[in-house]
Amino acid sequence: MTTTPDRTEVETVTLTIDGVQVSVPKDTLVIRAAEQVGVQIPRFCDHPLLDPVGACRQCLVDIPDAGNGRGFPKPQASCTLPVADGMVVNTQATSEVADKAQQGVMEFLLINHPLDCPVCDKGGECPLQNQAMSNGRGESRFAESGGVKRTFPKPIAISAQVLLDRERCVLCARCTRFSEQVAGDPFIALAERGALQQVAIYEREPYQSYFSGNAIQICPVGALTSADYRFRSRPFDLVSNQSIAEHDACGAAIRVDHRRGKVMRRLAGNDPEVNEEWISDKDRFAFHYARQDDRLRYPMVREDGELRPASWPEAFAVAARGLRDAGAAAVLTGGRVTAEDAYAYAKFARVSLGTNDVDFRARPHSAEEAAFLASHVALSGGVTYADLEAAPVVVLLGLEPEDEAATIFLRLRKAARRGRTQVVSVAPMTSRGLAKMQGRLVPAVPGTEAEVIATLKGAEHGVTRDAVILVGERLAQTHGALSAAVELAATTGARLAWVPRRAGDRGAVEAGALPNLLPGGRPVGEASARVDVAAAWGAESLPAKVGRDGNAIVASLLKGELGGLVVGGVDPDDTSDPAAFRAALDAAGFVVSLELRETDVTRVADVVLPVAPVTDKAGTFVTWDARARSFDAVFTNPSSLPDLRLLAGISEELARLGQGRPLGFRTVAEVRAEMRSLGPWDGARPALDAGKPPRPAKAPRKGETPFALATWKQLVDLGSLQDGEVHLRATARTPVAALSAASYESVFGMLDAEAGAPLVTVTGDRGSVTLPAVVADLPDGVVWVPARSFGRGVLAELASPGSAVTLRQAPAALDNAHQAVKGATA
Amino acid sequence: MTTLTPVLTDNWDAERAWTLAAYEERGGYAALDKAFAMAPDAVIDVVKESGLRGRGGAGFPTGMKWGFIPQDNPRPKYLVVNADESEPGTCKDIPLMMASPHTLVEGVIVSAYAIRANTAFIYVRGEVLHVIRRLQRAVQEAYLAGHLGRNIHGSGYDLDLIVHAGAGAYICGEETALLEGLEGRRGQPRLRPPFPAVAGLYASPTVINNVESIASVPSIITNGAGWFAGMGTEKSNGFGIFSLSGHVRNPGQYEAPLGITLRELIDLAGGMREGHELKFWTPGGSSTPLLTPEHLDVPLDFESVGAAGSMLGTRALQLFDETTCVVRAVLRWTEFYKHESCGKCTPCREGTWWLTQTLARLEKGQGSEADLDLLLDQCDNILGRSFCALGDGATSPISSSIQHFRDEYLAHLTNGGCPFDPAASTAFAPVGASA
Repeated sequence: MTTTPDRTEVETVTLTIDGVQVSVPKDTLVIRAAEQVGVQIPRFCDHPLLDPVGACRQCLVDIPDAGNGRGFPKPQASCTLPVADGMVVNTQATSEVADKAQQGVMEFLLINHPLDCPVCDKGGECPLQNQAMSNGRGESRFAESGGVKRTFPKPIAISAQVLLDRERCVLCARCTRFSEQVAGDPFIALAERGALQQVAIYEREPYQSYFSGNAIQICPVGALTSADYRFRSRPFDLVSNQSIAEHDACGAAIRVDHRRGKVMRRLAGNDPEVNEEWISDKDRFAFHYARQDDRLRYPMVREDGELRPASWPEAFAVAARGLRDAGAAAVLTGGRVTAEDAYAYAKFARVSLGTNDVDFRARPHSAEEAAFLASHVALSGGVTYADLEAAPVVVLLGLEPEDEAATIFLRLRKAARRGRTQVVSVAPMTSRGLAKMQGRLVPAVPGTEAEVIATLKGAEHGVTRDAVILVGERLAQTHGALSAAVELAATTGARLAWVPRRAGDRGAVEAGALPNLLPGGRPVGEASARVDVAAAWGAESLPAKVGRDGNAIVASLLKGELGGLVVGGVDPDDTSDPAAFRAALDAAGFVVSLELRETDVTRVADVVLPVAPVTDKAGTFVTWDARARSFDAVFTNPSSLPDLRLLAGISEELARLGQGRPLGFRTVAEVRAEMRSLGPWDGARPALDAGKPPRPAKAPRKGETPFALATWKQLVDLGSLQDGEVHLRATARTPVAALSAASYESVFGMLDAEAGAPLVTVTGDRGSVTLPAVVADLPDGVVWVPARSFGRGVLAELASPGSAVTLRQAPAALDNAHQAVKGATA
Repeated sequence: MTTLTPVLTDNWDAERAWTLAAYEERGGYAALDKAFAMAPDAVIDVVKESGLRGRGGAGFPTGMKWGFIPQDNPRPKYLVVNADESEPGTCKDIPLMMASPHTLVEGVIVSAYAIRANTAFIYVRGEVLHVIRRLQRAVQEAYLAGHLGRNIHGSGYDLDLIVHAGAGAYICGEETALLEGLEGRRGQPRLRPPFPAVAGLYASPTVINNVESIASVPSIITNGAGWFAGMGTEKSNGFGIFSLSGHVRNPGQYEAPLGITLRELIDLAGGMREGHELKFWTPGGSSTPLLTPEHLDVPLDFESVGAAGSMLGTRALQLFDETTCVVRAVLRWTEFYKHESCGKCTPCREGTWWLTQTLARLEKGQGSEADLDLLLDQCDNILGRSFCALGDGATSPISSSIQHFRDEYLAHLTNGGCPFDPAASTAFAPVGASA
């Protein structure tokens, strides 16, 4: 599906390294050309994804001929020297000068290093340790001659998560360069000079970055450690598995390091086509959720109002009987299931429950979105990460990559930093992420996105056929906006891709966990598509009527039109109307919950089936760019079963009771084989039907000026997958309410920059919240708050996104909190 | 016998020499109209012909440096004057700017005109507050008199001159670190290429010249390239300020043609301290290898000093008589380099840390003869391995002193400490005192 860019002839130059001739692309650095002939030149500051700096001097080589017949009189840093035709390079392997230079630098590096490898987390995987062995001397002349090392108190916290041991630091500046060049968070820098130089933060600006863990990972010594992993294990005790991050739709490659059945840490994998070598702190540190005390470990059934443990066969039987007796039933899956599990849910709904009432969208959604997913997302592809870097313009519609798709953010920032790509964002304000991408804001009041998107056709925005339009899932919150995005792509010829927030969303679309789609992008409304799938599944027929979406399922449960409900991994507070969702759970005749941990759903469910976390099962996450990112189980845990196995168990019991057919698979491998043999739909894509606009919102109470509510989820917030890692959560941005200067003054009077952030109470139809108010470049009459950074979140405790809320100044109480916030936002 | 040739220092004895009135009374700012009457490239050619070489130490031909500025580059061009004089022993630019700041300002105008810069900076070290004030006042006077600003002397040429005070770091005398500092960043040297001539200040073509180089330009324009080239030696043309300090009877600035010898300069300065004789000296500040009395007749030009195993540098002639312990002097210099190492690269940062400790032990008579080899090996691992020349400079006093005074190092070991009386080398020591 993906297109590779046209291969252009790369100009090469030929040089001789250690007597071996090699041709490499022009502008290659000598240090990397040497790798091509199998020579590893030791290095610390050099990193292929950072700008060359030449600071550590470890990679010195001898250049007897620079390609012009003349040599360099002194050894040269191979990490800053581009190759030249005819150049002759002698590394430590063949040159005594280079070898002595490297040995000398290594000796210098170690004089102030504490050599505390036996107690250092990095010991065993430390570039300094390894290269001191390969390119250093065995005994320290410094220590022999009674040298005195510089010492520092240690460690010091440069953020809640990142700890700095200054004694171990070799001042290679990888961390500071990463933060400035890649993440765009230059909040750490080198301070002081000489041997007292050290990585430091500005006292009033902590090192606040969503990507700080990468700085830890690329530290070539044990100077940077995470509060989460420090002193937890030794590298040589760990077993490593490759996997895929489960926190967003980007499919970042990760390495899971575990010991005795427990994940100890996660590292960024190296996948040049996807995440290069970087992952967000959420992908790195948010894995403790699977080991929380409330993790479900055995099936439970409700008896006399109380849940009690049950065996698997009993739980399957009770679930099957209950679903049969409850009448019409529906399926809601969260966006976090693997494509295989989503397929099982989709098939279970059709085959075992005989309904198309299945929806994976545990968030505000619309009929227009379902139509959009069927017409423009299912089976689509062709836009890749590399395309984002190559596009002259990337349009973001309802998408904040830094918060919602961190890997995309890093790519776009890389492209913008090179001056190649202009990011244009239709959003209520210039977020920190957009500013770091040097993006241009096209401001949109929530609810007006469709009209604003229509204006992007203007030449001044540069949206041409080379542009890429990234559509976020939040665009579904405004009626007509998705249609406008499609229209923009159609008129300009730009390519369009949908970027959901959760890892399982795209896979669920392809697997047919939607009321209007069957697996393989087959429209429910197409008889031939239904026949196709029915034949593959050995069913006589499939339900022909397009099913209810998530909102309609909730409404029908409340009205009694539906009786049974199968819920997999849905947090009520993520849904369009959490209160209605909870009421629907109560109203439902029978609820089967497939969950990892105890939730508000399991507390009221009639049968609770524990599911395997991603570490315990194989699976596939389909990324926003239609990459199938498969991963294997990290642990073999016989009592931890994937959703598809549980659904198979229920379906077999239902079949025994005479309802539907068994799903016909019990393992991930079987599901994969079935999905492969079913294949994609080769018929025409359905047209996009925007449907009817929703009823206009209620007018606010008289006498209060309404504000439109803008919101999105920040990368690090109160989401349940981040539970159990306090240090990560401590790096979350302080929740604030952002509004325009004029709006601010309408609430508070004059803007007083000295006074810090005053508190504002935002009130909507579901509750109110008091937050520090800050001024941002929002349109007047719009207030932005983070969606899941306080209490149970905006949907549960404030209002629906885009709806009208009111603002008033909060009493200047809460002095301590106020001061804390002032410090954090100053 | 070479005689003094006061040009830059000529007006230092004038009443309130630092004022515009005093400067103009001696014909100051006359070079402007002469330069403006020429095409900028012609000014560059005159400077090229004169053979003026950079007075900051490296001796790079000034006119050639100006010629490197790509005039087809659409970005603005900048002239930056390196007035961050910090080298131990070097004291020529500061007195020049103190006594006659207008000489520098006039040079800036002519030089900026030649390279077609409309903005120039003087980066002066922040500690010399009095000099900064004199410079600022001189620039203000020049603006008021129409020597700076818009349409200077009706020539249509515009120039703004900004006096920037550094924050006190030796490394900021390194031209790319200076640019970092000028841009508001930490003063650490930049990776080259790109060279400043292509992408210097604010990524624009930039010429960085020493104070004395720029200050010499008006006299070259006024008197002609031949006049300048007629002074000095074959490849080291012109005159320079020689700064004599230390155990000499009349320390101070002696402006003379390049190629004068130290013997002649000492004579001009009234001889060594009464009753003492020269033991060792630096030709161009502490970063240039030490020389001894056997080098008294080496012509002080770039080539001859180089041939003698040292460098002309900044002509900071520090003279030490026989009361001075060379180990002690070298340790003090090394402590300076350790304190001033910027920390960017490993050899300089860690090397100076270690050298200081080794030297300190030797001064106390601890350690062994093997430590001398260790010192030389450390120097070998720093020299040519560090990011900029500061690391190289830090090794010069050590390796040259061991070369010339190895026995004195060993005497510390056999003596169980320093055999010298430190008081004897002080300025307040009684006449004729000896170690």
